[in-house]
Amino acid sequence: MLHIKCPYCGIRSQKEFAYGGDATVKRPKLNSEVSDKEWDDFVYMRKSPRGKHTELWHHISGCRQWFKAQRDTTTHEIFETAKINEEIK
Amino acid sequence: MQKYSVFSLIKNSLSGHRNWDVAWKDPTPKKEYEVIIIGGGGHGLATAYYLAKEHKITNVAIIEKGWIGGGNVGRNTTIIRSNFMYDANARFNEFGMNLWRNLSQELNFNVMFSPRGIINLAHSDAQMNAYARRGNSMRLNGIDAVLLNREEVKKIIPQADFSEDVRFPIFGGLMQPSAGTARHDGVAWGYARQADAMGVDIIQHCEVTGFDIQQGKITGVRTSKGNIKSKKVGICVAGSTNILAEKLNMTLPIETHVLQACVSEPIKPLLDGVVTFGAGHFYISQSDKGEMVMGGDLDGYNSYAQRGNLPTIQHVLTGGLAVFPFLSRLKMLRTWGGIMDMSMDGSPIIDKTHIEGLYLNCGWCYGGFKSTPVSGWTFAHTIAQDRVHELNSELSLNRFSTGHLLDEKGIGTKTWIG
Repeated sequence: MLHIKCPYCGIRSQKEFAYGGDATVKRPKLNSEVSDKEWDDFVYMRKSPRGKHTELWHHISGCRQWFKAQRDTTTHEIFETAKINEEIK
Repeated sequence: MQKYSVFSLIKNSLSGHRNWDVAWKDPTPKKEYEVIIIGGGGHGLATAYYLAKEHKITNVAIIEKGWIGGGNVGRNTTIIRSNFMYDANARFNEFGMNLWRNLSQELNFNVMFSPRGIINLAHSDAQMNAYARRGNSMRLNGIDAVLLNREEVKKIIPQADFSEDVRFPIFGGLMQPSAGTARHDGVAWGYARQADAMGVDIIQHCEVTGFDIQQGKITGVRTSKGNIKSKKVGICVAGSTNILAEKLNMTLPIETHVLQACVSEPIKPLLDGVVTFGAGHFYISQSDKGEMVMGGDLDGYNSYAQRGNLPTIQHVLTGGLAVFPFLSRLKMLRTWGGIMDMSMDGSPIIDKTHIEGLYLNCGWCYGGFKSTPVSGWTFAHTIAQDRVHELNSELSLNRFSTGHLLDEKGIGTKTWIG
């Protein structure tokens, strides 16, 4: 069982959260000219690193806020969580 | 190579089974090979076997970081099926079914292919309609499909819960009678033994640490046992695909996730074929040893750990209990995990890459085992001929950018939900 620290509610059990995937992919800017490659990179291409991974989580059965977490994909250790507008160090 | 038969068994039993030949050798790597396959799992071993058998290329090395059969080919739930709706997936896997049917004879190794059927249960009228559509598509591709009503399902699996007041009552199901299971380890060992006999070098405990690329062409791989030259390299490493892609500066439409499976204590024969729950993600079959073999959802977050987390097991088995309440009285024997190369549309990739001489076989998601023979067959063709075969022409790497997705289940890019 993961124990995840919601930046708003504190440490809660994994069961309260839903996963949201890689937090480092950036959607191309709205109303700008977007090439097929840029769109392809945003929608489909993922680094999926072994080791530190910055990802989105949703406290869906709690405060319902989205936030970021940095987690090790091999040990599952969570190093840090942050609000969605904050940077992970 | 010594042929396995009842006579060789009797002969060797007289000498106390001390004089069997080794099933495959343990060679030191040569300086150069015509083809290098990275990954000694089912798909890599099958690729080497078909390179030697179909294309007469025997100067081949399989490089495996651990030991052959130690990855997903030894961790899956052994289900073999071709009940796909899309033409590309259906044709590909039905070709594979035909390879399975003759595999034990071909490899002179009993892979215990046992076509006892798979039933996908339906729990609503809408699901019955969707299954009718999928069944019709399968039949158009020459695959056996039978739409079963509730009573017909009950005749086959009377031990399921057929109450009417449950949350997901059984409405019927879609059956592929020719689907089944096989002994997964036997598949790896059978391919390894025959490939070795034809001259393929199986190099275990040898990790690929880098690639040598000159002017857009592959020239060799760097390994923990030294550099090995080759003009053709095939990558066949399932859950480690993204790790090698990083060494190649490639980004792929693949995410790596952990999938768990579990077995109960062995019990007397109870369940004949494979059954899947249609309102959640759960599948079950009974092994020849009597264990109930079960699996379902991914753990749900990127992972390279070959072990999982208990909440997922609990969630999957909750679905299992909804279909088969008797499971509540069984003890769990083991749970384990394997790492999956989850592609963004749920279908695999067998293709060339932008680097000349580098070939990619990945994106198998939950279902790589059933495709082991056809994956090896088509990948061997792609490497030997330097062009894709008709069977894997749609399993292309660039289908994501061109929009020709094979989203069989329509799950989109949230790979961990599917």
